[in-house]
Amino acid sequence: MAETRNAVELRNVVKRFGEFTAVQRMNLTVPDNSFVTFLGPSGCGKTTTLRMIAGLTDITDGDLLIRDKRVNALPIHKRNLGLVFQSYALFPHKTIFDNIAFGLKYRKIPRSMIGEKVKRALDLVQLPNVGDRYPNQLSGGQQQRIALARAIVIEPDVLLLDEPLSALDANLREEMRVELKRIQRELGIATVFVTHDQSEALAMSDKLVVMNNGMIEQEGAPEDVYNNPVSAFVADFLGHSNIIAGELDGPDQEYMPVHLSSGETLLTTRQQAGRVARVEGSKSVRAVIRAEKIDLSTENIPQDGMVALPGRIKTVDYLGQTARYFVTVNGRDWQVINPINAHPHAEGADVFMNIAARNCVILPGHAD
Amino acid sequence: MAAESARGRRQPWILLSPSLATISFLLIIPMMFIVVYSFWLRTATGADQVGFYLDNWQEVLTDRYYRDILFQTFQIAFYTTVICALVGYIPAYFVANTRMRSKTLLLLMLMLPFWISYIIRTMSWINILGSSGAINTFLIWTGAIDSPISMLYNQTTVILGLVHYLLPFMILNIYVSLDGIEKNLTEAAQSLGCNGWQAFREVTLPLSFPGLAAGSLLCFVLASGTYITPLVLGGPRDAMFANLVFEAIVTQLNWPLGSALSLVLLALLGVLVAVYSRYLGVDQIAKSFR
Ligand SMILES: Nc1ncnc2c1ncn2[C@@H]1O[C@H](COP(=O)(O)OP(=O)(O)OP(=O)(O)O)[C@@H](O)[C@H]1O
Ligand SMILES: [Mg+2]
Repeated sequence: MAETRNAVELRNVVKRFGEFTAVQRMNLTVPDNSFVTFLGPSGCGKTTTLRMIAGLTDITDGDLLIRDKRVNALPIHKRNLGLVFQSYALFPHKTIFDNIAFGLKYRKIPRSMIGEKVKRALDLVQLPNVGDRYPNQLSGGQQQRIALARAIVIEPDVLLLDEPLSALDANLREEMRVELKRIQRELGIATVFVTHDQSEALAMSDKLVVMNNGMIEQEGAPEDVYNNPVSAFVADFLGHSNIIAGELDGPDQEYMPVHLSSGETLLTTRQQAGRVARVEGSKSVRAVIRAEKIDLSTENIPQDGMVALPGRIKTVDYLGQTARYFVTVNGRDWQVINPINAHPHAEGADVFMNIAARNCVILPGHAD
Repeated sequence: MAAESARGRRQPWILLSPSLATISFLLIIPMMFIVVYSFWLRTATGADQVGFYLDNWQEVLTDRYYRDILFQTFQIAFYTTVICALVGYIPAYFVANTRMRSKTLLLLMLMLPFWISYIIRTMSWINILGSSGAINTFLIWTGAIDSPISMLYNQTTVILGLVHYLLPFMILNIYVSLDGIEKNLTEAAQSLGCNGWQAFREVTLPLSFPGLAAGSLLCFVLASGTYITPLVLGGPRDAMFANLVFEAIVTQLNWPLGSALSLVLLALLGVLVAVYSRYLGVDQIAKSFR
């Protein structure tokens, strides 16, 4: 039992709605005890994938395994899953107690134990005294906690959550996010979480799965995906990036120059450059520089492995602890997000954009 | 502050006044007339004697004949309601859950019967069940029978006619509450271990109960007040209470007696509606006519 098993495994899973392919040959594993997040733009197939795992939508092609058993044809009520919807989906005609007890009743748990388990679930979501209320007597956040309690009380093999926080307001969301993660850790339950909020995804996941057009663009630890996007889509979707075409040039050494199409030259690392199979001589690539990885300074302090591009601040958006700048360099606008110490830089100011070589991510160039 | 709240209290009444005026003129004032009539007396000469007589009321409330027919009326109305509820649930469920684009069309088709006069719809059964109607003609043609069987003019045909008339009301009411049930609820129930039937019993059925109750009330009240269906499809012994009113007023021109009779029915149905709204909320009915 030492090796980690997979709670869920998708093998070449395809979902078609008529002519339209919503999910294309997806391969994915959800390891035991892990928190896996599907992140992607609207319509990319997150919900569809989740519903296939749940058994609410049938699979057109491929295999779905839960705890190493193929369950393609197993009806939903025989899969042991906890499901939480964006809309809570509590039974309005049943008390909170009966809502939570619902799944236990169908698992033939003796009456005496049901009370005990429900109480423990209510304690876990920190709402111990609401058992005899009805769902409409609770706030949205409380209802979502109850929905979570109802899903986990049955001790499911996998917990599936479809944008469970997006109906809540910003503060509550933050609080629930922490809560959800705490509960997930405490129970050690494999969880699939769907969101299109990137900060949620980055904060919560053990494994982040970025989806686009029914396919997985990239998966991995959040930090990895964030720092080393494998495609322009991921780079752009996670945070704000400056993506500029250029030519990788020069001999194989620690820092290598990238000549941008707009005329400037940046440095990148050998490791970054190595991700693009190099043909001899130069190679057309795209350089990706995250907006928050550019340091603005008023003076040019030369450093090893760092390039300073002079530019002029075009606009400043004050965001509280950070500010977003558009900096014009040779006629091109770069997006820069920097923390504010004391005062943000002023509009129209001349600044240097300091870009470290390790923050210059290299992607293969486009045909166009 | 005080003036403001006084205005706030008056405002609803100002907004309601057109409807209140209409209701008083068309409903309350005529009803008053009926109440007054019921205390008059019809003399042997056929003239109405103005005054305060309790004779009509005494007759209506003590005569067994009226009581039996009242009982029969409620019995027929009850059977009709039960059949409508059982038969109506299925199409309502279908329309509410269909993935077809033509949901509106299906709903429109439910309304279609209302475009044809209720009397004509009722009479159409004569062409189906009558001695030279479709069924008898067919059976004779196949040789299954020699002479027409009589199927018309009994309580069953009255109930059949009423179901035919009232089913759309029931379907619409059930549809509205089924349509309001979130799809996620049955999915949640299934994820917690219910099979399809159990999820229906635990979630869909109880949540559609308000519509079922509202539809039942509507069917029962409308069935109890009908006189055309028993007149057209019933035999001499299948009279319903409204037939008595009809006969008193239209045939015998005995307005005072007819008034007393109709007030009895009104009072009983009024009590029923009051009890219903106390326990179930009649506002459900309004929802089906959005
Ligand atoms: N029942 C269906 N019939 C036809 N097409 C569908 C059906 N369900 C989903 N789709 C399509 O499949 C695609 C993926 O839908 P899905 O709901 O999985 O998106 P999503 O990633 O969850 O988006 P969102 O973030 O908006 O919830 C969409 O283009 C959608 O239109
Ligand atoms: Mg979705």
